[in-house]
Amino acid sequence: MSVTDPESHEARLPSKPPLRDDTKFATAKIAFCQYLSIGIFLFLIAGFWDLQVRNPEVYSEQAERNMIRSLPIPAPRGKILDRDGRVIVDNHSSYSLILSRENLKAEHIEPIARGLGIDYRRLEARLDRFRGRPRYEPIIIKDELTPAELAFVAAHRDPETFPEMELIRAQRRLYPQEGLAAHVIGYVGEISEAELDAPEFIKYDQGDIVGKAGIEREYNDTLMGKDGQRQVVVDNRGNEHEVLAIKDAVPGKSLQLTLDLDLQVVAELAMEGKNGAVVALDPRNGEVLAMVSNPTYDPNKFAGRIRSEDWKEIANNPDNPMLDRAIQAQFAPGSTFKPIMALAGLEKGVIDDNFKIHCPGGATFYGRYFKCWVKQGHGVVDLHKGIVHSCDVFFYNVGNRLGIDNIAEYADMAGFGHKTGIDLPSEATGVVPSSAWKMKLFRQKWYAGETISVSIGQGALTVTPLQLASAIGGLGMGGVWYKPHLVKSDKPERRMGKIDPANAQKVIYGMWGVVNEGGGTGGRARLPGVSVCGKTGSAQRLSNEAVKSGHKLKDNAWFVAFAPCEAPEIAVSVLWESGEHGMLAAPVARDVLKAYFDKKAREAKAQAIAGENRAMPPLVPVPSPEPQGEEQPESPEQQE
Amino acid sequence: MARYRSIRDLDWPLLIITLVICGMGILQIYSAAHETVWGNAWWKQALWVAAGVGIMWIVAKIDYHTLLSRAYVFYGLSLAGLLLVLFIGKQAFGSRRWISVAGFPLQISEFVKTVIILLVARYLTDLKSDRVEGRDLLKLGGLVAVPMLLVVKQPDLGTALCYIPILAIGVFLAGLRWQYLVTIAVILTLVLPAGWRFGLKDYQKVRLVTFLDPGLDPRGSGYQVIQSKIAVGAGGMWGQGVTRGTQTKYRFLPVPHTDFIFSSFAEEHGFVGVVVMLGLYFVLLMQIVQNAQMSPDRAGMYICMGVCALLLFHILVNIGMVAGRMPVTGIPLPLMSYGGSNVLSVFLMLGLVNSVRLQRFVS
Repeated sequence: MSVTDPESHEARLPSKPPLRDDTKFATAKIAFCQYLSIGIFLFLIAGFWDLQVRNPEVYSEQAERNMIRSLPIPAPRGKILDRDGRVIVDNHSSYSLILSRENLKAEHIEPIARGLGIDYRRLEARLDRFRGRPRYEPIIIKDELTPAELAFVAAHRDPETFPEMELIRAQRRLYPQEGLAAHVIGYVGEISEAELDAPEFIKYDQGDIVGKAGIEREYNDTLMGKDGQRQVVVDNRGNEHEVLAIKDAVPGKSLQLTLDLDLQVVAELAMEGKNGAVVALDPRNGEVLAMVSNPTYDPNKFAGRIRSEDWKEIANNPDNPMLDRAIQAQFAPGSTFKPIMALAGLEKGVIDDNFKIHCPGGATFYGRYFKCWVKQGHGVVDLHKGIVHSCDVFFYNVGNRLGIDNIAEYADMAGFGHKTGIDLPSEATGVVPSSAWKMKLFRQKWYAGETISVSIGQGALTVTPLQLASAIGGLGMGGVWYKPHLVKSDKPERRMGKIDPANAQKVIYGMWGVVNEGGGTGGRARLPGVSVCGKTGSAQRLSNEAVKSGHKLKDNAWFVAFAPCEAPEIAVSVLWESGEHGMLAAPVARDVLKAYFDKKAREAKAQAIAGENRAMPPLVPVPSPEPQGEEQPESPEQQE
Repeated sequence: MARYRSIRDLDWPLLIITLVICGMGILQIYSAAHETVWGNAWWKQALWVAAGVGIMWIVAKIDYHTLLSRAYVFYGLSLAGLLLVLFIGKQAFGSRRWISVAGFPLQISEFVKTVIILLVARYLTDLKSDRVEGRDLLKLGGLVAVPMLLVVKQPDLGTALCYIPILAIGVFLAGLRWQYLVTIAVILTLVLPAGWRFGLKDYQKVRLVTFLDPGLDPRGSGYQVIQSKIAVGAGGMWGQGVTRGTQTKYRFLPVPHTDFIFSSFAEEHGFVGVVVMLGLYFVLLMQIVQNAQMSPDRAGMYICMGVCALLLFHILVNIGMVAGRMPVTGIPLPLMSYGGSNVLSVFLMLGLVNSVRLQRFVS
């Protein structure tokens, strides 16, 4: 074909169509186009061959994972009840937000954190911690969403914004308000890195909510249920279309404590504004009836996964509200140790009924002058007067005669110097000094002069309020020490002291005198109708810092009591830090004792009424008398 | 002249294949969208197809030379229409592409394709030469570039790119010196980086980047590619059955009734269905090529090959995207994707092809 061809055609045939005969000019090019088409179609088919025939399983598995999602069903924790079955700790249902990490976009983390008021860096750190877990496992990032937060989630869950957000219903712990019994109960929180490595948490996984303190921690295995799982078919908006499989959650078991909420409330009220602790227990079996540590904290503030700013505030408080003073405060017992000293003296035979000393207001031992707390002295003092007036000089003499190792023997028998074994974590041991103890710790011999301070509950001797309540309660029982516990047990453990009952009676009589005799230091604990035995204690606090600054710390006020004296049912110890004098702590113990005996009287009365009602035959026969008969004895209790 | 043309003379194989593809498309639209707000899209599509067949018939009856003679008028109208879109167009999904005509949102850029086909055919025929000179190339390129830029401005890069194969096939058939090819290649390599820097919107850049590595952005642009590949792979050899595709049903697949319809089709009909469908498209194209070969003159050939190149480009880009072999450009699959403008535009083009065919029978 020549270049001039079309033009010649044009010249010959000016009419339409102008180039009619020369359509064959592009035959080769059209053929090329056909081959190109074949090439393109083969290229496309090869693409589908790759995806659909050669390795379809790669993508079909992804398709399944795409639509099937495993959502956790959090198991509710068991409730915690008091001894009468009243609920102390409950759960309430709320929404939690989970992030699905399979399709999590890094740049979404920040706006999500902002939208939900979560600290961005904390959230990042949290995601980091989960790096080791399989990616299909979602992580809960916020519990208990407020309506505003729920609205945020609902508005941003679509695939264009933050499709990685997912809501689940969860049960959250609800603790009593204002930190009631906070230290006993403890709180829950997400398992920490350190706990994951600890043997007691071996069966738990990242993200589990576990007990962090108190009963929550001690009985975590009982309280914690087993989370379930739901496999659901979801679309790309996270909407559920059908449920494939459900593994139900196993709820945790409820736990009944020996704690009596009535006594607990009274004790907490009595301690209001005072730093310190109260322990009330039943010396007949070791059941703890009330346990207070002040200042307290609101466990609801850190039951969440990511702790709020409140936590810092609580942790940095100089009064240290997190410390459970009932089992962790270790202070010199002061004069509350004297009943143990008296018992040891009688048992070891270094004193008897006729043993008397003269107290001029102080005495010199080993070249050092030791003061009595009453400057003008107590005059002639025997054992009974020594306890009632808490004469220091008398007990210096007892201690001097006993020697440190005999003191240590009886202190140890009463339960000092080692954990009581209560079912709470992190109990402190306190210190009972002895010659062996000093040698072991300081590689030094014991000096007899050091014994004198220990005789009045000072020196190296330190105890916890729980130890003191248990020791004095056991003494009131005539030398039977039950292991204190918070969860009822049918066969409570006990230690039998080898004690002459007559000696114990003498000490108990002395403690009766403290409360009930004129001039006794514990008169403020007197209770009409009930014989109360008690002992005050005002203990100096030694602190290196205080010594350095020359600033003298105020004395700690102690008071221990049990009642009734002849057959103790309740033993109470009160610690009021910087309370100055033990007699000022006595009213706290009295309030608790009063609450205990008032309640007992009320119950007896209610029982009597119920008994009368039951005895009376119904005037009109009712179709089902049984439920009525059961309801009636309950009704007076409900009115309490 | 009309009496020489009858229904009998239409390209029946072409029409039948077209209707089979449309039928499969309607079935797929139903399958993909019957549980969504697009539940009635399938019968709307059926109506569009019916309207398309009517338009095809009307266009087929017009002598394409009449249309060619008014190519520049159409061109001018197109530019006016595109400008109108930019000013009063309906905005959706971040771009202005539609204007309302008698209550129907019409995508002007779709119909401009037909105009470009006519324009290229007219221009190249007017050259009356077996060789395209550089001056002519620049002129024609300029003529095509103006509507392209207007469409890019909407922004709708995918549709704008569709104009290029029409120009390319025309120039290729008209005869281009290899020196020009080299020059164009050199210019493109120089212009492309600048275009990347200044011409592309951010989302367009992202789409291109994620095409190269979908894993970079698994929930955004790459999400579409990944979900589409998952859907195709889940189809396997025989497919999961109509309305049974989980990727489609649970809406992991983006727009399964429009741009990603073939992905949904591949999930439900498997490799076998894909091969059959691609076969139908191939036969359709070859049928158009045959019409080109038998065209009474160069202008008719340019028209048919323009249509063929455009459809081939659409198929390559759309189905390639579905299989993860092409970037996500958002251009529809002709005859299958839901959308009135596209259906009408394709039938308009097939009408042109038939017009060329019917002119053979004019003595």
